[in-house]
Amino acid sequence: MKRHVVSTINGDSMEFLCDAGDTLLDVLRNQLQLTGSKEGCGSGDCGACSVILDDRLVCACLVLAVETNGRQVDTIEGMARGDKLHPLQQRFLERGALQCGICTPGILVAAKSLLERNPDPSESEVRYWLAGNLCRCTGYDKIVRAVLEVASESKERNAR
Amino acid sequence: MRYETPVSIADAVALLQGSPARGQILAGGTDLIVQMRSGAANPQLLLDIKHIPETRRIEFSDGRFEIGAAVSGAELNENEAFKTTWPGVAEAFDLIGSTQIQGRATLGGNLCNASPAADTVPALIAADAVCRIAGPDGERQVPAESIITQPGRTSLAAGEFIVSIRFPRQMNRTGDAYLRLIPRTEMDIAVAGAGVCLTLDSEGRCATARVALGAVGPTPLLVNDAGAALIGSRLEAAALDSMAEAVAAACRPINDKRGTIDYRTRVAAVLARRSALMALNRAENRT
Repeated sequence: MKRHVVSTINGDSMEFLCDAGDTLLDVLRNQLQLTGSKEGCGSGDCGACSVILDDRLVCACLVLAVETNGRQVDTIEGMARGDKLHPLQQRFLERGALQCGICTPGILVAAKSLLERNPDPSESEVRYWLAGNLCRCTGYDKIVRAVLEVASESKERNAR
Repeated sequence: MRYETPVSIADAVALLQGSPARGQILAGGTDLIVQMRSGAANPQLLLDIKHIPETRRIEFSDGRFEIGAAVSGAELNENEAFKTTWPGVAEAFDLIGSTQIQGRATLGGNLCNASPAADTVPALIAADAVCRIAGPDGERQVPAESIITQPGRTSLAAGEFIVSIRFPRQMNRTGDAYLRLIPRTEMDIAVAGAGVCLTLDSEGRCATARVALGAVGPTPLLVNDAGAALIGSRLEAAALDSMAEAVAAACRPINDKRGTIDYRTRVAAVLARRSALMALNRAENRT
């Protein structure tokens, strides 16, 4: 029997039908055409499917779609405001903090969730927070720099 | 597969009773959903217990904590009072997985997944935590060390589930600690782990001590001889040596890619020493 689920995805109320065993990632990608969240491992190890579920960073592959009924899901698709990129997205582009790009949506969502909780993280806090987002291209350094730059920029902005 | 979200313990018990054999509890899903995907788990009924208020609460009354079985690691580690009172348990939980896993993983799940290497379990055993279990015959309480019976198996009967984990009233001059070894700093499974909780008397001597180990046997182990070796001491070298001997004697590890039997046994003893000294330091600072 298909389940009827209503959840708020990137601020919009969305309805879908799914099987009880379908993961949130399955539904996002295959039904709602929100393919920004990537499937890397499917077992919660790589973080490529990171989304925010009611203010908690989670792997969409480790959440059942039915569990999101009545809840709020934020994905990479909700990060830019129209044509205006989120500061993290902009800085990742400027600093070349990506190569193949598969891990990038998950890392951006994870970094956004970090800065919302901790607007001024240390380098070590950034590295620990992102430890569940694997990147096999960049060696992480440009990613960590980009996140720290966005944090210090917004700190300066707030100080002005 | 059916998916149900009972809102009370009684509803959950009734659903489990009315179900064919393969009812399965869903809390954080960080182990279960992976097992379902690989085919290792194939439940006919999935019971999501996160809508039962008792499984989601962090309660503190009469000096005792009671932590809902479905409270996530992130939630527990944001509770400053819990972290101050049971730093060893909080740290053990925080060692598990990534930020993403912390957002979902639960104490009840770590117990019931029944891995020999489950990081919270030695810390819970050392803390003398007790599980509140609901089932068709009512409720019962089971010490943390009696939950896991073999890898992937628990002592819970059909239709039973863990509602919450209850901690003893924490006394003055008590401290706990948990340490594990992994080959890197994050995102791995313990090669060995050791949790210690001890209480000092007014003279600074160990009045009670519990030592528990992970990843060095088919289940996490409570090592009574190791705790006993510390009683009456101020954790001088001789007492620590005899505790370490008892730890090594209790280890029954396997050889695998994470470590050999010999390595795990030695490391468990080292970790138990260090945990004991951390617990001592914490106990001395909590008067």
